[in-house]
Amino acid sequence: MAYAEDAERQVLHEPKSYWTKYVWSQDHKVIAIQYSLTAITVGLIALVLSGLMRMQLGFPGVLDINASEYYQYMTMHGMIMVIYLLTALFLGGFGNYLIPLMVGARDMVFPYVNMLSYWVYLLSVLILISSFFVPGGPTGAGWTLYPPQAISEGTPGTEWGIILMLVSLIFFIVAATMGGLNYVTTVLQARTHGMTLMRMPLSVWGIFTATILALLAFPALFVSGVMMLLDKTIGTSFFMPEMMSLGTQMSHSGGSPVLFQHLFWFFGHPEVYIVALPAFGIISDIISVHARKIIFGYKMMVWAIVAIGGLSFIVWAHHMYVSGMNPYFGFFFATTTLIIAVPTALKVYNWILTLWQGDIHFTVPMLFALAFILTFLVGGLTGLFLGNVVVDIPLSDTYFVVAHFHMVMGVAPILVIFGAIYHWYPKITGRMLNDTIGKLHFWITFLGTYLIYFPMHYLGIQGMPRRYFSFEGLEFISQSAYILNQFITVVAIIVGISQVLFIYNLIHSFTKGKPSGNNPWKAASLEWCTPDTPPHHGNWGPKLPVVYRGAYDYSIPGLTDDFVSQTSTNASVGIVSDIEGEGS
Amino acid sequence: MTGKTDMADNIWEYSMQPTAAQAKTGLRVLLLALSSLFFLFIVAFMGRSQFPDYESLTAAWQPLAKPWALWVNTGLLAFASASLQWARMASRKNQREQSTEGLILAGIFTLAFLVGQVFIWLQLISTGNLVSGNPAYGFFYLLTGLHGLHLVFGLVGWAITSLGIWRGLSFERTSVRIELCATYWHFLLAVWLILFALLTSPPETFEAFAALCGLR
Repeated sequence: MAYAEDAERQVLHEPKSYWTKYVWSQDHKVIAIQYSLTAITVGLIALVLSGLMRMQLGFPGVLDINASEYYQYMTMHGMIMVIYLLTALFLGGFGNYLIPLMVGARDMVFPYVNMLSYWVYLLSVLILISSFFVPGGPTGAGWTLYPPQAISEGTPGTEWGIILMLVSLIFFIVAATMGGLNYVTTVLQARTHGMTLMRMPLSVWGIFTATILALLAFPALFVSGVMMLLDKTIGTSFFMPEMMSLGTQMSHSGGSPVLFQHLFWFFGHPEVYIVALPAFGIISDIISVHARKIIFGYKMMVWAIVAIGGLSFIVWAHHMYVSGMNPYFGFFFATTTLIIAVPTALKVYNWILTLWQGDIHFTVPMLFALAFILTFLVGGLTGLFLGNVVVDIPLSDTYFVVAHFHMVMGVAPILVIFGAIYHWYPKITGRMLNDTIGKLHFWITFLGTYLIYFPMHYLGIQGMPRRYFSFEGLEFISQSAYILNQFITVVAIIVGISQVLFIYNLIHSFTKGKPSGNNPWKAASLEWCTPDTPPHHGNWGPKLPVVYRGAYDYSIPGLTDDFVSQTSTNASVGIVSDIEGEGS
Repeated sequence: MTGKTDMADNIWEYSMQPTAAQAKTGLRVLLLALSSLFFLFIVAFMGRSQFPDYESLTAAWQPLAKPWALWVNTGLLAFASASLQWARMASRKNQREQSTEGLILAGIFTLAFLVGQVFIWLQLISTGNLVSGNPAYGFFYLLTGLHGLHLVFGLVGWAITSLGIWRGLSFERTSVRIELCATYWHFLLAVWLILFALLTSPPETFEAFAALCGLR
């Protein structure tokens, strides 16, 4: 591989000054941490917003939240969680940290572009947050930003909020594209000696495929964002139909709101998998390490990731069953939606078969990984309900949908993020996170989220509509629903506050945690083979590592160690039969 | 230029220079994303053109009924692309001067194309066809603007390449940059040809496309 030889010839200089080392850094590890900390910070804001919403739903009037504020919280909560937290953390955070270490590269291939990617992302976050402080506040259009309401008077934040939201999204897309170029090119063109594509850990496969989805899908959001921005600011009519607003004729005419929906969901559905595929990959790695077993069906897992990625582009209109589409269209999209369950179920079976008869260590990352499988299963099953047109129509816009998507793409990926942070924190800092606090954090979060979202399925089947600011005086809502809402709110507040444990653990263990050594989990993949922990600039010292096998060789009979590192040859660990190149 | 600016020169030593293969792959990945971007804009354009208020840009009463200026601009961009191809081929044959000439010519043709596009914009504005008017104009400004913006980004790359030559960058590195420029320009020429064909087509053409895609 030409890259590795080149990398060994060039001398890298480690930046000396504080500014070039930690602020304007081009080192993928520093950029990853910058991305992660920014994403977690903005995610905490979104968490607080959800707490405020829950207060209004459970105990209306206690906090004096009005309808406009409620919608603003709802919109910002959704947008921040989906884009600025999950996407940024999985791709910008984990993608940046893990890809070069897992494929044996010195760094990303375009470090300067990588640095720009973070700063543009930060700019997009600042623009988004600034909308809290402009006249009229942030937009309250819902995270889907459907026109015409998103830019018509009566919706909160139509003065400045919506403009800032769209501009922020455009910047985010530019940042994600710059990062994405790096992740894809690094995987394709910067792998070390012997690191074939089919020896890469599934985390890399997940992030790689998700990045390609992002590169193809984010343009749809860009297109819809730019066109809506023009509709709002200079009076074009791309999406805006002829309409009366508050008794006056608006200047727009002839635009198509459904066109926006198509564009939005052409981005929005792959977005689900932009978040899910890295989660799938990371969970495969965590399970294999902590169950001390080779991942079951590695090749199948890779192809399942790729297949899910491909299919995710032809299911978007299942978000639009109630938009008045042609029933044959509905039939098509219901079919593709159900087909996507096949490779997804395959992955779930393979995780379970990996666990089967494994030497399962109930470490904190493993607990989160197991919780993810369960949560993803629950969320996925309700997806089968909602994927069918006839079932979706009565359940559409109820709390059943809220429960579904929070389970499948809220809680499930967040559990992976927690698991992954507990798993790789030792590599990033050289110290272990506190185990007791970790377990406490896990049980509160895991059980708490079930107590929050399980009852919402019931509320949804009862017909409780989502997006309502207040349910007072609605006769079709039974008394029990109000009590349930109070219960959900109490649990949500507890779960929300318990995240302080996690933050405390992160900060406390950074200086006080038990030193981890190079490979605390006895993992086989390449990122644990760095000469230093945390890895230095350039990652590998003068020579890049040479890879002889896949990332999952655990518990091979007859060996003293229960794992074989990717850099070990058969001869060096005493394997007689030839298992190299099995994609193992 | 040898006058060292400490910051700029040092910063590059913290990381490896991308290899030619990496740079080419990176550009292809970027072009993949840009293809998606222009494709989706075109889909949006076709979808919107099926609404009754859409008036074809080349209808008899429109200022662009005889789009000769667009043809001229198309020629300019094609020359720019061809010049870069010439530069690329010359650099492969190690003919440094020819390749530099090709590069410079490409920049001039591209600037001329952009000036030509702006000229058409001004002409449309002077005849009262604003971006907020008929959706056909909305899309015309939007798509030509976006395409032009990407050419401006390309010109930044072009300027870096030209500066590199001026500062005595190795011919090997310059050749890679010229290759990248050529690929990027060919891509934008192809995008322009598609946009030109679509923007000047009558709505019936889109109707046929839309029917094929099941949008109608």
